[in-house]
Amino acid sequence: MSTTTAAAAPLTKKTAKPPNPARVRRRRRLAQWGFIAPAVVFMALFFGYPLVRNIVMSFQDYSPSTFFTGESPFNGTDNWSKVFNDELFGKALWHTILFTIGSLIGQFCIGLGLAVFFTRRFPLNGVLRSLILLPWLVPMVVSGVVWRRILDQDTGVLNSFLGTLGLGGDTPWLTSTNMALISVILVNVWIGIPFNMVILYGGLQEVPKELYEAASLDGASAWRSFRSITLPMLRPVITVVLVLGFMSTVKILDLILALTDGGPADSTQTLGTLTYQNSFVQLDFGAGAVVGNILILISAVFAVFYLRANRNEGK
Amino acid sequence: MASTVRTPAAPTPTTGRPKRRWGAMLFGVLVLCVMLFPLYWMVNTALQPESGLLEVDPVPHGLDLSGFRSALTDQGGNLLTSLAVALGAVVICLAISAPAAYGLAQFKLRGTRTIVFGTLITQMVPGIVIANALYSAYVDLGLVNSYAGLMLADASLGIPFAIVLMRSFMVAIPREVIEAAEVDGAGRFRTFVRVVLPMSRNSLITAGLFSFLYAWSDFMFALTLNTTDDVKPITLGIYQYIGAHVGDWGSVMAASVLSAVPAAVLLVLSQKYIAAGITGGSVK
Repeated sequence: MSTTTAAAAPLTKKTAKPPNPARVRRRRRLAQWGFIAPAVVFMALFFGYPLVRNIVMSFQDYSPSTFFTGESPFNGTDNWSKVFNDELFGKALWHTILFTIGSLIGQFCIGLGLAVFFTRRFPLNGVLRSLILLPWLVPMVVSGVVWRRILDQDTGVLNSFLGTLGLGGDTPWLTSTNMALISVILVNVWIGIPFNMVILYGGLQEVPKELYEAASLDGASAWRSFRSITLPMLRPVITVVLVLGFMSTVKILDLILALTDGGPADSTQTLGTLTYQNSFVQLDFGAGAVVGNILILISAVFAVFYLRANRNEGK
Repeated sequence: MASTVRTPAAPTPTTGRPKRRWGAMLFGVLVLCVMLFPLYWMVNTALQPESGLLEVDPVPHGLDLSGFRSALTDQGGNLLTSLAVALGAVVICLAISAPAAYGLAQFKLRGTRTIVFGTLITQMVPGIVIANALYSAYVDLGLVNSYAGLMLADASLGIPFAIVLMRSFMVAIPREVIEAAEVDGAGRFRTFVRVVLPMSRNSLITAGLFSFLYAWSDFMFALTLNTTDDVKPITLGIYQYIGAHVGDWGSVMAASVLSAVPAAVLLVLSQKYIAAGITGGSVK
């Protein structure tokens, strides 16, 4: 309707004010909400609903027959006590902590080292820097499958390489309960390096070159200027990288399923795989929801860190 | 000014000496080789289907494509499924997040800050938790084993990121440009389509690219929201392949190579958008 009036009398449009400005404003606001509403509804359905539903589910009794009968009666805190009394939960929590800390330290240190390295000027710098992203773009399951072949104890290339160097060469990377978690961490470090490198490299570009020049005039060593200039200037970016890394690491599922399926003997079971096992393998969605809620709780604590870092960034 | 500072700094001993620059390049190439070795090994194993469970030679003897042939026979349909699901997810993602990003960037509505805040929060919800609750809802709605169901779930992987990214670009569109278009008689929606979208083309491409990669790489929703073989993306196909074809690593790796192709192609064609997405989506 507004287009017809505008076409008929474009000159008078401004002067001919509609009678009720409040109604016009309300209509305009409604139209504006029309842009945002679909996203709000979508996020409410795909993030809000699952969050609430998971809490409810953790107090319900699900069994393989639930999906035929549609019955999932409330059972108080049965699911919670079942999960907490299960030895596997403590194990999975411990593995999650080790996996997350190990992955973050590895990804971050190597990523930062490479980011600093790539601030040098040398031929092919840009090409190399963008090709290094490839491991991060390949589907994680695929990376897991490839590494599974590489790490094979008898015929994997890593062991045959180590064998040629005379460094053993019969390490049971994925088949020993002592090694499997370490191997999974190493593979995850490999996946995470490009992401850490790119963000930290971007952060390094923001550090004013003049600072380094002033420092080198003052006779500061490279290590000294790294510690006194680079690290403090990079702090907001470092926080963001670590928090985002934490978020994607703590919930990991794809990689572990592809590499070890949580085995051998549950030695690589984490909270993510345990949720999956409970819900989708044993069809005990109540127990799965309990573990999932704990996973959310852990993420929520770090979400606070993230938002704080983000807010400081905005200043 | 920056250039005038940099020019005299160039011949300083740390960066200037040619020998050092070549040394740095060699080190860079070495790092790249280590980082890309697993991907090389994937291609290499795929080209040696006869090795099966034995050790794989460091370089392929020739172009033995039989691994790829059997991978295409077994997994070709799954590749198409992945493509359809990922494209559908991109369409849903952009259709929902582009208008929202515009609204959150330009309209002065009450509650927008809360929504932006909420969008940041959603990125922290673990996918397996979503799947856990979504599964029973999907059962009730008949969305299990359906393309629509998987597309919607996969779109959720990209939407928060796309909103945050595009919003940070759309905030920079000058108010006058939008007002000028509206004074010219364009409706709010026409202004959005004709003026705002073309101006934010780059962020739109970056967001689309990432939502494609997220959906293409998705394994968790494919695994949890499907109980039959009706809708089976390539990631799920490969996962089940290693269970069933333990001896046939050549075909498994060939399928893996095929599934990694979109990532490689997109990286080569649009590295600038990818770099922009990684930094823009995380820091802003």
